[in-house]
Formats: sequence, C-alpha cells, structure tokens
Amino acid sequence: MLTTPGLGLVFWTTIAFILLVVLLRKFAWKPIITAIQKRNEAIDEALKAAEIARAEMANLQAENEKLLVQAKEERDIILAEARKMRDKIVEESGEKAKEEAERIIQAANENIHFEKMAAITDLKNQLATLSLEIAEKILEKELAGDSKQKELAEKLVNEVSFN
Amino acid sequence: MQKLLFSVLFLFAFAFTHPVLATEEEAHSEETTQHEEGSEEFDPTEAIFEHILDSYEWHIVTIGEKHISLPLPVILWDQGELHVFSSAKFHHGHDSYNGYYIAHEGDNEGRIVRIDANGEEVTPLLDLSITKNVAALFFSIFLLFIIFVPVARKYKKRENQAPKGFQAFIEPVIQFVIDDIAKPNIGEKRYMRYTPYLLTVFFFIFINNLMGLIPFFPFGANLTGNIAVTMTLAVFTLLIVNFSGNKGYWKHVFATPGVPFWLLPIMIPVEIIGILAKPFALMVRLFANITAGHIVVLSLVSLIFIFKSLALSPVSVAFVLFMDVLELLVAALQAYIFTLLTALFIGLAVQEAEHH
Repeated sequence: MLTTPGLGLVFWTTIAFILLVVLLRKFAWKPIITAIQKRNEAIDEALKAAEIARAEMANLQAENEKLLVQAKEERDIILAEARKMRDKIVEESGEKAKEEAERIIQAANENIHFEKMAAITDLKNQLATLSLEIAEKILEKELAGDSKQKELAEKLVNEVSFN
Repeated sequence: MQKLLFSVLFLFAFAFTHPVLATEEEAHSEETTQHEEGSEEFDPTEAIFEHILDSYEWHIVTIGEKHISLPLPVILWDQGELHVFSSAKFHHGHDSYNGYYIAHEGDNEGRIVRIDANGEEVTPLLDLSITKNVAALFFSIFLLFIIFVPVARKYKKRENQAPKGFQAFIEPVIQFVIDDIAKPNIGEKRYMRYTPYLLTVFFFIFINNLMGLIPFFPFGANLTGNIAVTMTLAVFTLLIVNFSGNKGYWKHVFATPGVPFWLLPIMIPVEIIGILAKPFALMVRLFANITAGHIVVLSLVSLIFIFKSLALSPVSVAFVLFMDVLELLVAALQAYIFTLLTALFIGLAVQEAEHH
C-alpha cells in the first residue's frame, strides 16, 4: 500500500505540476530573475559611476588647489607691481614738484628782474621829464628875474635831489 | 529582521502545536477504532497509516462520536462510464454507493472497489478522485501562487531597489537555488534554461514538506511522503535529464569511452540501469525521508495510548517536539537534495565533451 503509487494522484500531480512550472515560470521566476539581474547591473553601474565621480572629485580638488596656488602667486605679483608703481609715482611726483617749484622760483626771479628794469626805466623817464620841467621852469624864471631864477633853480635842484 | 524573527517564531509555533493537536486526533482515532471494531486495543499501526496514506475524505476533527470531515469529489472512469459523486455518499467508509465502496482489507485496502460479475473485488479502471492528497496538492499550488506572484509583482514595483519585507525573506532562497544549485552544477552557459524547473521543484517540495508537518486542516497531508508524488517528480527529472542529454552523454551510455567493444553488451544495460537508478533514488529518498519522519512523530504520540498513561505525555511531547524541529531541517534538506541532484544529473547530461 505504502509503496504502491496511486494512479489518480500520479495523474493529478503530473497535470498540476506541469501547470505549476509553466505558470510560475511566466509569472514568478522570469520576472524575479530578470529584476534581480537588472538590479545587479544597476548596482554595478551605480558603483562604477560613484567611483568615477569620486575620481573626478579628487581631480577637481587637485585642480582647485592648483588654481588657488596660482591665484596666490598672481596676487603676490600684482601686489609687488603695485608697490613698485606706487614708489615710482611718489618718486616721480616729488621730482615734478621740485621742478615746478624751481620753475616757479625762476619765473618769479625773472618777473622781479623785469619789474625792476621797468621801474628803473620809468624812473629814468620821469627824471627826464622832471629835468625837462625844471629846465622849462628855469627858463621861465630867467625871463622874470635873474636872482629869483637862480633861487628857484637851486630850490628845484634841491627838490630833485630828493627824488 | 523583525519580520524574519516573527516568521521563525511562527514556524516554531507550528512545531509546538503539532504534538498537542496530533494527540487529540490520535485520541479520536482511538475512539473511532474502538467504536467501529468494538475492540479495546489501540492499534498504532492502523492509526499511523491512516495519517500517512491517502483517503477519499479529509478528516478534520472528531467530536465525541461525530466525525467532521471535508467530503471530496470521487471521479471514476469505469465500465465506459464516468462516475462523479461526493465521498460523503460513503458515510466515512461505512456505506456503498452505486456498487462502489471503500475496501477495508485485502490488497485494495483503502481504495474504491466494486464487485464484478465473477463476485471478485476489483478496482475501477481509472480512479481520478480528488483525494486528500490531491486536495493538498492543489492547496499547496495555490499557496505557491499567492506567495510568489505578489513577490514577483513587488520586484516590478520596487525596480532597482533593495528587497523589502517578504521579498527580502524569499530572495536569498531563490538566489541560493540559482547561484549555489543551478549555476555550479549545470554550468554558466545553460543553467538559465533549467532554473524555472529547479526553483519550482525546490519550493514545491519544501512547502509540501512544511505543510505535512502542520497537523491540522488544511495541512497535514503526507504529500511529499507519497510515492506517487515523488515518482511523478522523479519522472520529470528523468525526462528533463534525458531530453537534455547531448552527444557526449549518449556516447557515454552506448559506447562508454575506454571500454572494450566486447564488453558493451554488458555495459549498455548497466548504463541504462544507471539512468533509471538516479531518479529512482530521488523518488525513494524523498518518499522514505518524509514518511519516516511522519511515522516517528506519530509513533511517539501513540506511545501515550499504547501505555494508556497520561504521565507519559510530557516525555512523548518532548520527543515529538524534538522530532518536529528535526523534521523542519529535513524538510529543507530534502528539498535541497532533490533539487541539487536534479541539477547535478542535468549538468552531467549537458556538460561539454572536453570535460571527460
């Protein structure tokens, strides 16, 4: 009994098991296996992408550092240049000021000289005029009285000598 | 993790309930035996075999003298006619219906028989009744569907995401069957063709082994411990292995390399026996392991009734508990071995000739 296979059970098991394999294959195993494979691939890809991203990040960081160093160097250069420029400007402006001052002084001196000469010329001219006037007045007095003319001339000369 | 722990506890809960319920059933079957045959003696053999063999109705419980069982359809093809009727017509094996009745003794014990014209007891030509085991088979298949189809759907829903919940519980087992059974034995190139069969065999045997351990309705049928079922599975393996066999495989059978020509008449039958012996071993191994487990558990429970002592029950229950835990291991192990050997035989049949 125990070791005699029942025909009915063999029949139903065969049908049921074939159906089970076919249906589970279609609705369970295939989707599950495909999903697992796809997921594994996705995980692999993600890991690879992460690795690449990490490498890129490291690259970027190195580049950044390089840029930073470069920027610092450039800054130093610019600062040094600026300092030089400043010194130069200060120096130049000092010189210019000195020149200007000298020029102004010279101009003033020239002016003074010119003014002095003008004044002398003017004085000379006035002296001439005065001399003429004196001469005129003397001449007028000589016409009026001899003594008086003499007196006037002396007086005028005195007056003139003051000038 | 919590859910996994829960599942394990759940399994253990079954292990604990088994002895208690089995005890009740035994008690009732004892009553039944006494009642029916009027004998005072408890016959453990009869009680045990009643549990491990097939039947036309699914006994659920007996309260007092009232049997509660699920009547199952009887389908007979006999004398050119199809007979379909409920097994309830037999009234638990006491009555006959349309000349058919359940034999209680003789070669056909437990089967539907009729008296033919010569007055001899004969079985009908074809008995395709939905017996307890067939019903259990359908139920296990239903369970497999409601387990795996939602899991597959979850894979679609959670595309490229980590498995979650029951999916995460079942995925390592699927991966184990694919990566540790199919791939190494069949080979990288061809294993995908056979994985659906291997996965189905594995989970079919495993779930039926576990269902056999649960003693109450609608579980407790001894399906994987039934030789008809293990034979069917073994025949599937036999067919798949031999239909997959390549040139090298058949050459090995009919012209074994290195064997002198005159020895071939001996070698060919030996090789053919070898072909048949492999699935035969599969059939017997699964059948014997599961049936033996059931017999041991039921025998330990029967001790209480043999000695008619309630004081013995703690000892009995302790042993049954131990056996049940062991049977949990056996349930997984036998599913593994059947699948592994099937994969191995397929692998031998499809391997490249260079490997020889």
